[in-house]
Amino acid sequence: MPRIPLTWLAEHTTLPEGTGAQQVATDLSRVGLEEEAIFGAQVTGPLVVGRVLELVKEPQKNGKTINWVRVDVGPEHNEDLDDPKDPQPGQERPSRGIICGAHNFVEGDLVVVSLPGTVLPGDFAIAARKTYGHTSDGMICSGDELGLGPDPDGEDGIIVLGRGHAKGLTGEPGDDAIALLGLADEVVEINVTPDRGYCFSMRGVAREYSHATGAAYTDPALAVEVPAASGTGVAVERRDDAPLRGAEGCTRFVALEVTGVDPSAQTPRWMARRLTLAGMRPISLIVDVTNYVMLDLGQPLHAYDAAKLSAPIVVRRARAGEKLTTLDDVERTLDPEDLLITDGADASRVLGLAGVMGGASTEVSASTTDIVLEAATFDPVSVARTARRHRLPSEASKRFERGVDPRLPLIAATRAAQLIVEHGGGTIAREVTDDGTVTDPAPIRLAADAAERLVGIPYTAEQVRGSLEQIGCAVEPDGEDHLVVTPPSWRPDLLLAEDLVEEIARLVGYAEIPSVLPTAPGGRGLTVAQRARRSAQRALAEAGLVEVKVSPFVPADVHDTLRYPADDERRRAVRLLNPLAEDEPLLRTSMLQSLLPTARRNLGRGEESVAIFQRGSVFRASGGGAAPVPAPATRPSEAELAAIAAALPEQTSVLGAVQGGPSGPDSWQGAPEAWGWTDALDLARRAAAAVGAELEVRQREIAPLHPGRGAELRVLTSAGDSVVVGLAGELHPAVIKAFGLPARTAAFELDIEAVIASAPAVVLAAPVPTFPPAKEDFAFVVEESVPASAVEAAILVGAGDLAERVHLFDVFTGEQVGEGRKSLAFAVRLRSAEGTLGAKQIGAVRESIVAAVASAVGGELRA
Amino acid sequence: MSETNPAPGGPAIDEQAITAAVDAALAAIAAAPDTATLKQVRIDHVGDASVLSTANRAIKDLPKDQKAAAGKLVGQGKGRVQQALAARQGELAAAEEEAALAAETVDMTLPTDRRPRGAAHPLSTLTDRIEDFFVGIGWEIAEGPEAESSWLNFDALNADPEHPSRSLQDSIYLAPEGSGMLLRTQTSPVQVRAMLERGAPLYVACPGTVYRADEIDATHSPVFHQVEGLAIDKGLTMANLVGTLDAFAAHLFGGAPVTRLRPNHFPFTEPSAEMDFRCFSCDARLGLDHDADPECRVCGGTGWIEMGGCGMVHPNVLRAAGVDPEEYQGFAFGLGIERILMLRNSVADMRDMVEGDVRFSQHYGTEI
Repeated sequence: MPRIPLTWLAEHTTLPEGTGAQQVATDLSRVGLEEEAIFGAQVTGPLVVGRVLELVKEPQKNGKTINWVRVDVGPEHNEDLDDPKDPQPGQERPSRGIICGAHNFVEGDLVVVSLPGTVLPGDFAIAARKTYGHTSDGMICSGDELGLGPDPDGEDGIIVLGRGHAKGLTGEPGDDAIALLGLADEVVEINVTPDRGYCFSMRGVAREYSHATGAAYTDPALAVEVPAASGTGVAVERRDDAPLRGAEGCTRFVALEVTGVDPSAQTPRWMARRLTLAGMRPISLIVDVTNYVMLDLGQPLHAYDAAKLSAPIVVRRARAGEKLTTLDDVERTLDPEDLLITDGADASRVLGLAGVMGGASTEVSASTTDIVLEAATFDPVSVARTARRHRLPSEASKRFERGVDPRLPLIAATRAAQLIVEHGGGTIAREVTDDGTVTDPAPIRLAADAAERLVGIPYTAEQVRGSLEQIGCAVEPDGEDHLVVTPPSWRPDLLLAEDLVEEIARLVGYAEIPSVLPTAPGGRGLTVAQRARRSAQRALAEAGLVEVKVSPFVPADVHDTLRYPADDERRRAVRLLNPLAEDEPLLRTSMLQSLLPTARRNLGRGEESVAIFQRGSVFRASGGGAAPVPAPATRPSEAELAAIAAALPEQTSVLGAVQGGPSGPDSWQGAPEAWGWTDALDLARRAAAAVGAELEVRQREIAPLHPGRGAELRVLTSAGDSVVVGLAGELHPAVIKAFGLPARTAAFELDIEAVIASAPAVVLAAPVPTFPPAKEDFAFVVEESVPASAVEAAILVGAGDLAERVHLFDVFTGEQVGEGRKSLAFAVRLRSAEGTLGAKQIGAVRESIVAAVASAVGGELRA
Repeated sequence: MSETNPAPGGPAIDEQAITAAVDAALAAIAAAPDTATLKQVRIDHVGDASVLSTANRAIKDLPKDQKAAAGKLVGQGKGRVQQALAARQGELAAAEEEAALAAETVDMTLPTDRRPRGAAHPLSTLTDRIEDFFVGIGWEIAEGPEAESSWLNFDALNADPEHPSRSLQDSIYLAPEGSGMLLRTQTSPVQVRAMLERGAPLYVACPGTVYRADEIDATHSPVFHQVEGLAIDKGLTMANLVGTLDAFAAHLFGGAPVTRLRPNHFPFTEPSAEMDFRCFSCDARLGLDHDADPECRVCGGTGWIEMGGCGMVHPNVLRAAGVDPEEYQGFAFGLGIERILMLRNSVADMRDMVEGDVRFSQHYGTEI
């Protein structure tokens, strides 16, 4: 994102004296340019110009020769007298003594001295120190030490004024070298939203700064004098035979030739410095100027070596299989959507990816004297796609994909040519190629009160008009209460009245918007399902389970790990096109697929038992094909919405839990019980009860459960159908082993939405008779295979209306009841709503119960 | 009374003997050390064989003229004894109960954690609190699927076909290529669904899980939770947006919070803004005239916390959802729930929330 050196910004707008980077960042954020980073001054403290008065070379034992130097650092910093114990070389005069290892300077030279108290880049604090037998009262600095990089003239050593880094600079001893070398520049890096392409330039940011602060602003684009062309320059053809989304790839192409440039000409120091501060590397005068003008005005430019060009220049789409080696030395295979700059016979040579990056074949070199400057307007979509396709987010592409002011190309090319000639000599051709058209933004009709209606501030007519004019719009009245607003060429984002309202709101200031809590018409609170989910989760937490939240991504082999049969519905998983991790390409079809690895992780981190639950989405592929993508900005038809719904995976929220190991800590009350299959059933029932529903348990062999210790859970729907809503039981030993869980770990999973839906909307009152109950116990002997629930159901049938409660309290197997049989003992409480039960009545019910159990499950009353 | 002339055929009711029997009984009662002894005292002194009972039985055989006096003598004596017995019984029983309870003393500081309680995930609890706020101001909570269509996630929200968030680098799509479906990157499609289903006016908050193709680190997770708000009605303005955010910030962080809007850009709103809450932790919370603590962990010394994006719903979004932008307008905003939790409850590392480590949830219990 763009870096804005404050001194550069100040060239286009008035920065009040002493304005720091933090203040500028704060001001810019008010108008929507967020601060990304602040780079403070690189050097602080007394960095001054010094004149070398005396220089004594002292060879050292280590073979080095050091310079013992007396330096005049100006009256403010000089010591009047030498230290008698440690005198400086030569004649005693006001000065400082410094030891220096570099040799590229002589007596009389002006150098840059960091006196004690200076802090150099890298937090390097300078202090007086004793070295090589003398006190060195400061340091004579090199370009590297000041963060300026190696000497541009290749003189490896300290900076001497008039040469290298300090070419063209001079001064007097004691002058502030920070200002002289431009080391005080603070830089603000800002974030530019995609609608504000023009802020990828000093021109645009200075404009915004003036909006934020009211400071004066001069548009640097208007300062460029563009001479009238005497004819057409290098031939250019724009041939886009495959526009993207109906937009021509290149709508304007300016080519301007400059001849006779001195190839050895250097980039001026100030320009190189600004490029560096803005985050670009200085390369050569021609390249640096094109970059400089781009950073300043926002128009990307490209310079071709004219000698290597073979006109005409043709802008066209790539042909299949074409290749290009870009300036970063990467050979790229081009896509037919890529827009190219080409030349040569039949436009067969590819010069570059339009608006993204040039190629090596026509690159300017150390011997280039004649150039062709390209300044074009490229389609944002085309540039964005090419930059993304080739992973080439260049400075040019960043600007083009956000939109570049289409009125800039000729101005920018002219400005660049002028700067090149100014610093490198040569001649600007009087013939200019300017091919194509400029489309200005369309006028927008704006109701005078539109901003007030949307923002809630009664803006004055002056504020509305003034704000829009400030951002560059032309504003004309249209009848009594409307305006016709024509946005400036650099604001292609302004399309609707709402866009203009935002401009008015942000220029007047978002801080002015009052705070008014709206009064909603009154909602219905949480839905039944929303409340019920909370209840179910709370019930499990109260019962000892800890809620986790883990992602739905699962490995492809999880279905095998969980022993799902080949035709199991839970294998119908949704596959991801670009999963975060290659080994987790599927979405879970069961919550246990997520919880079992989470259980393993917790055990691996030192937990001795596991008792976790999660409510979350599970997904099953619908097989409904692709989802249609109807047109934007209009309501899709019911058929389109239905097609979307049909394509989407089946999704529901389920409640899953895994529990294994000791259910509590070792206790003085006795050893803790281990979590097991009974807990899985009990917890599932509690969750169901918490939402007002009741589960039916049916013994079943279901993966991933133990074949003899698993059950399916069912509810009775409001329509009276019994449907499966989950499973519960002990995990299969192989699954327990696969996830390293405690022996006999159990689990359950419930389609909580279906369970909630099965709960009665209204629970009707049950009568509470006050006649005394009769308590009768029964023990029935049945076959092992008979489920307790069947016996209980038979008892209920036998007891009829009198049954108040049936509760199994004992299970017994052993010799007394015989092989393959078990005894189930039930406590039955009978009560009548009509009167006290007599012995005769009770006896009749007993007989009825015994008969019912005998006929339903073959149970015999145990004597 | 005369000591001569005893009644024939029965024991004489001798005033002296009766008095002695009563005195003996009272002495025995007073001397009984416990309720068991007292029970024997009762048998000895007022039981069937006791002097008093025997005398009582003899009264009926006395001459008529003596009956009244004898009855009074025996009755009063027996009454005194019974009264003393009851009193002593009460005393002894109370003392014995006290001793028995003292013997049952246990160490009340023993741990009672045979089956420890579990815990809710703090994100769930915080989401509940957020929902409760919106329900409290009359809004409803809307929901929608996590695997969503591209149209609802992007196109309906006015995202350009070229918008970078649509790329495979940013969003997680369902296979195969061109499925038109992805894991929703925001809960905004729920807003569109709510508008399509219910129309305007509409006031809904949409909390939920969202997905981005991000690497996980201390402050980013590819799976996280958002809450978005949407209000569509006649004449709603940005001032109403500010009012809602102010009330929300006050609910979450307490005090009299200050919110700030900064211009920003989102495809689905126009005007758009970034919302900042004034830091609730350091001195900055006291108002705009108080400087932030430069070392503040919550606001990083800026005095402000970035909370998310907001703005006035773009007319194209209303149109896509079948709402007439000429008649209705409204605002929308979105916040990250993890971020709120991290700030509000000082969670240092986002990974703690998503790895399912029970110690993270256990710490919070079921309220935060």
